[in-house]
This record gives sequence, C-alpha cells and structure tokens, in this order.
Amino acid sequence: MSEQIVSEEVAAEHVVRHTFEAPNAFTQAELGWEAWLEPLPLEDLTERHYDGLVDKGRANSPYFRLLVRDPEILGARTRTDNDIFYNEKGGLTRALRELSAASASRTNGCIFCASVHSRFASHHSKRRDDVQRLLDEGTAAEQDDPQWRAVIDASVALTAIPNDFGPDHIRALREAGLDDVAIIDAINGAAFFNWANRLMLSLGEPTPPKE
Amino acid sequence: MTDVIDRLVGIAPGDPLDALRDQRPNARANAQASFEALFGVPDDATEPENVTRLERLALGYWTVALSQSPTARFYGGLLAAEDSAALAALDAALPCAVTSGPYGDYPDGPLTVENVAGLVWEPSAALTAALGARLAAALAHTHLLVYRPRDSSADALQRLLDAGWTTTGIVTLSQLVAFLSFQLRVVAGLTVLKGELA
Repeated sequence: MSEQIVSEEVAAEHVVRHTFEAPNAFTQAELGWEAWLEPLPLEDLTERHYDGLVDKGRANSPYFRLLVRDPEILGARTRTDNDIFYNEKGGLTRALRELSAASASRTNGCIFCASVHSRFASHHSKRRDDVQRLLDEGTAAEQDDPQWRAVIDASVALTAIPNDFGPDHIRALREAGLDDVAIIDAINGAAFFNWANRLMLSLGEPTPPKE
Repeated sequence: MTDVIDRLVGIAPGDPLDALRDQRPNARANAQASFEALFGVPDDATEPENVTRLERLALGYWTVALSQSPTARFYGGLLAAEDSAALAALDAALPCAVTSGPYGDYPDGPLTVENVAGLVWEPSAALTAALGARLAAALAHTHLLVYRPRDSSADALQRLLDAGWTTTGIVTLSQLVAFLSFQLRVVAGLTVLKGELA
C-alpha cells in the first residue's frame, strides 16, 4: 500500500509526453487537447474541486482537471471568463467578443484557442470566410467591416509587449459605432485571452481533429 | 480589500468607469477574487503549500516588469514589503531580460514562415545565487510565458519539476503569470478609456 503511494508521488513529478502529431496550422476544426502534467484523478475530486470547476461537466476535461489542482484560482478564472463572454446585457455582440479572443490567440500563436474561438466567431457572425482569412493571412488581413477592423486592431495592440493600445484604438471603436460597454468587452475579451493562451500553450498541446 | 484594478487605473466610486465596470459585475468581482486567490495572505498566515508568498510576489513583479506595465510599481511595492533584497536582485537582472513580444516558433509546417526569433533568457549566476535555483527556474519560465508562450514545451515543465516544483505548484505559478497578463491589459485598456471619457 505505502509502496503504491510512493510510486504515485514519483509519477506526478514527471511530465507526460505524447506521441501524436500536434496540429501545425490555424484551423476552425474541432481539436482536442492533452496535458503535459498529470490532471487530478477523477476519484480525488472533492466539493472544493467541484466548486472550482464551476460546471461539473468540466471534470471530463484534462485541461480543467489539471487546473483544478488549484481550485480557488480556477473558479475565479472561470467566473471571470463567463461574464466577459456570456453576459448578454448590452455591449459587444457575441461574434465580436469571440473575434477579440481569436485575434489575441492568433497573435500569441495559440492554435488550440484560435480554433475554438474562430469557430465560435463564425457561428455567431455567419461569416466563416472572413474568420478564415484572419486565420490564414493573420490579424492584418483585410476586413471590410469597420467594427471587425477596430476590434481586431484593439485586440492585437493589447496583446503586444510593450502594450501598443492607445486613444486611437478607442476612437476607432467609437467611430465604428461601439459604445463604452462594448469597448470594455473588447478590452476584457482580448485581455482574457492573454490569460487563457498562456495556460493552453504551456500546460499541454492540441490533438488532431477527429476524422 | 480594495479593488486592485480600480486602484491601478485610478477609479473612484461614482466615476463613469465605476458604473461601466459594474455592467460586468461578475468579471469585476472575479478579477479581484483571482488576485486574492493568488496574492491574498491566508487568515492563519500559514505558508502556502506549493508556492511560497515570496515566490508569488517575485514572479508577479517579474511578470509585470517584463511586460513593461505601469502596474510594476504596485507589485514592486508588495515585493519590497516582503523582501527588498529580492526586488533589488530582480531589478538588477531586468535590463538584460526586457525585450518586446510576443515571439517564438511554431511547430514544423506551414506556420514556420511566421517564426520570430528573440531572446531566450536564462538567469545569471548572480541572480540564481541571490534567489536560489528553484525560484530562478521559475523566473526563466515566466520569461517564456510572458514573451514567447508558443515556445512552451513538456521540456520546459520538466525543468521546473527538476528544480523542485510540484505539479500543483506549476499550475499555480502558471495561473499567476497568466492572470497578471490579463490584469495588466485590463488596466492598460481602462487607463486609455478613462482618458477618453474625460
């Protein structure tokens, strides 16, 4: 018994290496994700962990079951995420919030996050080709819609180090017809993906799309 | 506890930005809850299990200082109150570590034309001597997460494990760097918006 516990502790101190070929291009296809560190085993989840997961179904995700090793910060992260992207009281359209997420992810180079949020942006905007152009040609690719242009440019500027976001970005968002709540949504959406990208990129890797 | 983003932007109760932030009340409250989960002092003042308070403050300051965020003044103050020698060691190392980003490589394939070369920073012998090998390894990982997150790898995580970090400790330090990457951008965005509301 004690021997088994020791061997489990030792196992937790090594990364998990995968043999699959991780996707190497931006795509709107549905990718999976596998962790390089051991997620918390399902049977170890307590009430405190489920509170951190917020949505019980997330216990099935290796990403969330790894992050739930620190449940308090995961819970606060998820509640922040949900209000930024799903609060429907005014502000930016769902499509444009997803576009802010996709733009930050394209800039940082997070193939997994970009796949999820470009797909959501396409779903909400019904403009799959415009989204695909952002993936294929990058954030500087032509976009005819002034709101798209302004949200993409603001998201890229906020993602840059040092920060490149200035009054001109606020003015462009306003001239495109966006109000101050919408501008806060754009700031929050791009900023949040600078959080999400760094977790997704550094704790594991995407798996190929299902055939 | 005072809302840290309000403090860093300079938002007082009743300001236009105060009312605007309240339009996303859960995002506002949980950005604060995130800060408290990562940097709050536990009631019983016991040392956190996987990442010490000094480690959290040092990695926090390093994240925002590398990002060239004005929030570095605030986090530098928190670190100075805990260990001013640690702040001095980081400030001495900062000029050789600061660059611009994001940069890094993509996996072999069509995106490699977008690879951007840049600084791969390693702590100096002096910094490692001042802060210890365990914290020095985490400072190198923080540099990776801040500037070139797409260069991340299983090998980078193994280096942390080899330096004495636990799996749970790596989760916490990754959240800390990633959360501050969010917070400093919210502060940057709201600061500009504040100027445009005047």
